[in-house]
Amino acid sequence: MEALGLLLHGFAVLLTWKTLLLMMVGLVLGVFVGVLPGLGGPNGVAILLPLTFSMDPTSAIVMLSCIYWGALFGGAITSILFNIPGEAWSVATTFDGYPMAQQGKAAEALTAAFTSSFIGSLVAVLLITFLAPWISSFALKFGPPEFFAVYLLTFCSFVGLGREDKHKTVIAMALGLLLAGVGMDTVSGQLRMTFGSTDLLRGINFLVAVIGLFGISEILLTMEERLALRGHAASISLRTVLAVWKDLPKYWMTLLRSSVIGCWLGITPGGAIAASFMGYNLAKRFSKDQDSFGKGRIEGVFAPETAAHASGTAALLPMLALGIPGSGTAAILLGGLMVWGLNPGPLLFVEHKDFVWGLIASMYLGNVVGLVLVLSTVPIFASILRVPFAAVAPMIVVSCAIGAYAIQNAMFDVWLMLGFGVVGYVFKKIKIPLAPFTLALVLGSRAEDAFRQSMIISGGNMKVFWANGLVGTITTLAILLLFWPLIDRLVASFGKSTPPAAKVEA
Amino acid sequence: MSNAEIEIAVDDPTAPEENSPSVTSNRAVDVAVSLLLLALAVVLAWDNWRTGASWDSTGPEAGYFPFYLSVILGGASLYGIGAAFLSSKEAMETFVTRAQLRRVMAVFVPTLLFCIAMQFLGIYVASFLLIAGFMRIVGKIAIWKSLLTAFLFSAVMFVTFDIVFDVLMPKGPLEAAFGY
Repeated sequence: MEALGLLLHGFAVLLTWKTLLLMMVGLVLGVFVGVLPGLGGPNGVAILLPLTFSMDPTSAIVMLSCIYWGALFGGAITSILFNIPGEAWSVATTFDGYPMAQQGKAAEALTAAFTSSFIGSLVAVLLITFLAPWISSFALKFGPPEFFAVYLLTFCSFVGLGREDKHKTVIAMALGLLLAGVGMDTVSGQLRMTFGSTDLLRGINFLVAVIGLFGISEILLTMEERLALRGHAASISLRTVLAVWKDLPKYWMTLLRSSVIGCWLGITPGGAIAASFMGYNLAKRFSKDQDSFGKGRIEGVFAPETAAHASGTAALLPMLALGIPGSGTAAILLGGLMVWGLNPGPLLFVEHKDFVWGLIASMYLGNVVGLVLVLSTVPIFASILRVPFAAVAPMIVVSCAIGAYAIQNAMFDVWLMLGFGVVGYVFKKIKIPLAPFTLALVLGSRAEDAFRQSMIISGGNMKVFWANGLVGTITTLAILLLFWPLIDRLVASFGKSTPPAAKVEA
Repeated sequence: MSNAEIEIAVDDPTAPEENSPSVTSNRAVDVAVSLLLLALAVVLAWDNWRTGASWDSTGPEAGYFPFYLSVILGGASLYGIGAAFLSSKEAMETFVTRAQLRRVMAVFVPTLLFCIAMQFLGIYVASFLLIAGFMRIVGKIAIWKSLLTAFLFSAVMFVTFDIVFDVLMPKGPLEAAFGY
């Protein structure tokens, strides 16, 4: 019950005119970037991050997380009205959302999408409210070996569970960790990988890399497409909203299932994209009338949207409790925390109560306000798409450049951003995943510090990672996950070959 | 399918054609990137070896962690080269068509020029030029709309960052003439 009291305190922190105004601004900007083709949650947050540099951390994180909620809501608008997923995780929403719009039921589809987004987030926020303090108080007992084991677990689960080619995930991660190590070594004070450059002395700033990787590269990618649009306009009346809400209890099973899938995949680095597809597929499989999916069935909107939002929100849980982001956007928010001088990790819950509970309270409030906002202003946002991309693209480029420069007042960073833009473009096209790259960049130096501190404690003995039950379990789990595809194949071949004949696997 | 009530339509006058010839395949780019990463890995491994990649009395030296990461990166890149040659027709998919490349360059080159111009003209003038030029040339948008949008955006940025939020941006002769 302590959590409830702290949450109420969080609401008290939030309820000032300034914070509420920032929330609204964040939500509007978020829906805006969510609606624009080629821009989404991580890009929007990365580009708009510099706006928050001069704010206090609580206002800044409230605004940024609202941009994120807004982007999650906005993605659904284009999927349903234009059959263009604004985000990869909205792809599954187009399957039934666009057919509904074609049948003249755009308003119902949009209401369903927004409502289920709201429900998904709400479930995940409830989970965060009650689980995060518990996990963080548990994690307070962690020493460097435990933290290194947790980092290792995160990295290994990306390699083992990711759907990309394994070597590409390894490349992304090793490169990210290497780039994070450029500059002065924090333990010995030696210079590494700077090659005599004074600009590299400061290291490669994570946010500069992210603005390039997500902002500039996304513009390059989007320009490849034909950007002409044709779509439906829609406005939502209160009657439609109430009609959809009245039917909501009928779909409780779909909503619940998708929420659970979303929360699970959000905490583990599976991501919102996988969650939305899984939510959709499971809803289809459990349905009595499978053929009607893909032809404009409202459940086909409920399922992926709930899962995507639950996952997008739940990704913030490991970030808050352990300092380990569960998604690309969470990684960027984590980078923001460091800019504002906060040290992400379990200590946040002890040292910065106002901040943490303000953020959690803003998740509740932001989603409620966001729901009302998108329901009432859909026509305005849909018409944003009338603005040609040729006008939007250069503005985004300018915003990116301002952002990259503002972080350290360095022209070098603008060039670095441009370089990362090209890298991001090429990597995305040849399917080297950016999420583990970002994660490695942001966690790199922390992981290395944890490793070296553990080594100093143990006098260079690797056994420290198996020194007690806790750290041993995490390390072993990490190694198991790293080789999970191999283990999975072995188990599968056992399963197939043993029952019929007594064939023994070597 | 009835598309009777299409109400929002936006055109893209300089869209890339559908049947443009391919410039290069995914496999070629895959191999090229892997080679570049391999080269990077070798350079970084060498640099870290020089820094010191062994153990001393206080644990691993500064280059220890990055040295082994370079080895992992190099190994994965080598594997990537092999995998790219062995993989089937999926890898032969077009990386980019000529028309697409032209469009990508249509953003990239102005962005590059913008970054160069930023150092001499300051960010606000450079962004005015970028937005107006891009809207006019790539988007084929009416010239007054382009100029007006570019001016408004740059002005709003100037007020937001330089005046309200006090974030210092590179400025050039024009701002100096107005005393900023």
